[in-house]
Amino acid sequence: MTEVTLDGVNKLFGSVTAVKDFNLSIDDSEFVVFVGPSGCGKSTTLRMLAGLEDVSSGSILIDGQIVNNVHPKDRDIAMVFQNYALYPHMNVFDNISFGLRAKKLPRNEIETRTYEAAEILGLNELLKRRPGELSGGQKQRVAMGRAIVRKPKVFLFDEPLSNLDAKLRHKMRAEMKLLHQRVQTTTVYVTHDQVEAMTLADRIVIMNEGQIEQVGSPAEVYKKPSSQFVASFIGSPAMNFATGVISQTNQGNSLVTENGEDITLVDCDITDARKIQLGFRPEHMLLSEKTKSSKGHVCVNARIKVVEPMGHETVLTCNAAFGEIVGKCEGDKQFQVGEDIHFQIRSDHLHYFDFTTGLRI
Amino acid sequence: MNDFNATMARLERAQPGKVILWTLLFIGGVIMITPIIFMVSTSFKTGQEVYELSIIPQKPTLENYIFILQESKFMRWMLNSLWVATFSTASVLFFDSLVGYTLAKFDFRGRQIVFVAILSTLMIPTEMLIIPWYMMSRSFGWIDTYWGIAFPGLMTGFGTFLMRQFFMNLPDELIEAARIDGWSEFAIWSRIAMPLVIPALSALAIFHFLGNWTAFLWPLIVINDLDLYTIPVGIASFNGEFQMDWEVVMTASCLATLPTLLVFLVLQKFIIRGIMLAGLKG
Repeated sequence: MTEVTLDGVNKLFGSVTAVKDFNLSIDDSEFVVFVGPSGCGKSTTLRMLAGLEDVSSGSILIDGQIVNNVHPKDRDIAMVFQNYALYPHMNVFDNISFGLRAKKLPRNEIETRTYEAAEILGLNELLKRRPGELSGGQKQRVAMGRAIVRKPKVFLFDEPLSNLDAKLRHKMRAEMKLLHQRVQTTTVYVTHDQVEAMTLADRIVIMNEGQIEQVGSPAEVYKKPSSQFVASFIGSPAMNFATGVISQTNQGNSLVTENGEDITLVDCDITDARKIQLGFRPEHMLLSEKTKSSKGHVCVNARIKVVEPMGHETVLTCNAAFGEIVGKCEGDKQFQVGEDIHFQIRSDHLHYFDFTTGLRI
Repeated sequence: MNDFNATMARLERAQPGKVILWTLLFIGGVIMITPIIFMVSTSFKTGQEVYELSIIPQKPTLENYIFILQESKFMRWMLNSLWVATFSTASVLFFDSLVGYTLAKFDFRGRQIVFVAILSTLMIPTEMLIIPWYMMSRSFGWIDTYWGIAFPGLMTGFGTFLMRQFFMNLPDELIEAARIDGWSEFAIWSRIAMPLVIPALSALAIFHFLGNWTAFLWPLIVINDLDLYTIPVGIASFNGEFQMDWEVVMTASCLATLPTLLVFLVLQKFIIRGIMLAGLKG
């Protein structure tokens, strides 16, 4: 049973605030992913958790014990670094067993546990090799082996897949998930890749400028983003936005965009004339012959600018009256650049954000 | 004739810059090698033949070697030099790398001041330090001791600077990983950091060993006992008051070169790599 709590944690580098009022409780066996753009404070938070950075204020608790001043080696954690941090002068066996030797465990136990970890990660054939003789994926596995062999209370991963190519990253992601299902250790994982976050996490923590924007399951942050930032960060291609002011018409509400375009919003219950951002995801835009909004659907008219066939789907970058939008369609349809098309979006797939605060309405 | 034509054709194709460079290198090589050839040649000459400029001795003799090895304290001086240079080098490798590592990898108040202070010692010439060193040695009773010869070189500003630069290139993650793995800071230094800077350590060891091996001024001042002479002081002692036995001096010099030659042959891979990495001229 290992629970991790970050209670009002702040981190300052001189006068710069890297992490601000960070509050989070991580349950036993939970896989939590910190995600956000570069410089948002996710790695700093992880490093504070590891004990590699001091906490400026607030508390970090592991199993109810405040560990702010506890040395990294006494926190019973294991960390996998972005560049793997394998010891270049040691072979794979020594790299994996290095932490066990520090604990001065009996030789037999060190060997048994190292072979066990190597077995789990399929490294048996590579134990005599040095890191320089390994591929990126193999190095990654050795780094994970070094972490699991110690059977720590908490795993910390700092962008461990970012140095791998797309294919290998996909494979390692699956292996990582499998590993977590097998060892069930509380895990904190940092990435800037939202696909990694969505596929691996039990809960995602989305960070921006040192603060938490939203904490939730992958489905929650995708379906109900708490802010415009989260909405634009989660999802690929990113969510489309139209900025405008709500106005009341006979047919209901409509969004009058900055260049005068009128988008009729059916089923919208915002009554005051406020400036908002209307968001809709590319995958929720359905091609239609209809050129106007109808019950339960909002219509967006656009002209195709770029066609990107992906095989199973086609990504269309289009010019709408209020700006550029991206839509996704089935792969078997043919499109021409300059063609006028019409999208229908279900009103329950629309997201409304306050223009000033960026928060969900 | 064909070979000659081919050579001429190659020369014609060669860039003028390269020709000049090779010529300069050749002249430099000749200048460097000539004294060594004369040193070896003179060591096989008799006293009467020393001032003749022939390279090959007319009557080659081993008498000088027999004299040096049997009738002088040369072997004793060799051991003295070996002991002092080895001890001093081991000390430099330990302390310079420890301080260099600390300056490179630990963030503490005053780190920069300490570094600049160490660097500033490089700007003080040895000659200026001789008198304070002597007074210190006299006060502590270090005159005529091995410790007296070795103590000024037990830690060097140059070595600390060199090691710091190398340790700065060491990724922090390796150290952090070892820290999380549960190792003490000293163990991280000795088990992770040190093995990864072996080229720098080798270069430092060679520079320092050779520097100590050839050191003359300080050992001459601090040592009066003939049994504690180091090689350079011993060789100088062959100079008579009214005459110079060059053949003996050259023979001793030849013998004194052998250990350094051996060090070079064994570690030349590291020397060249070390010099390249340190950006220094050997």
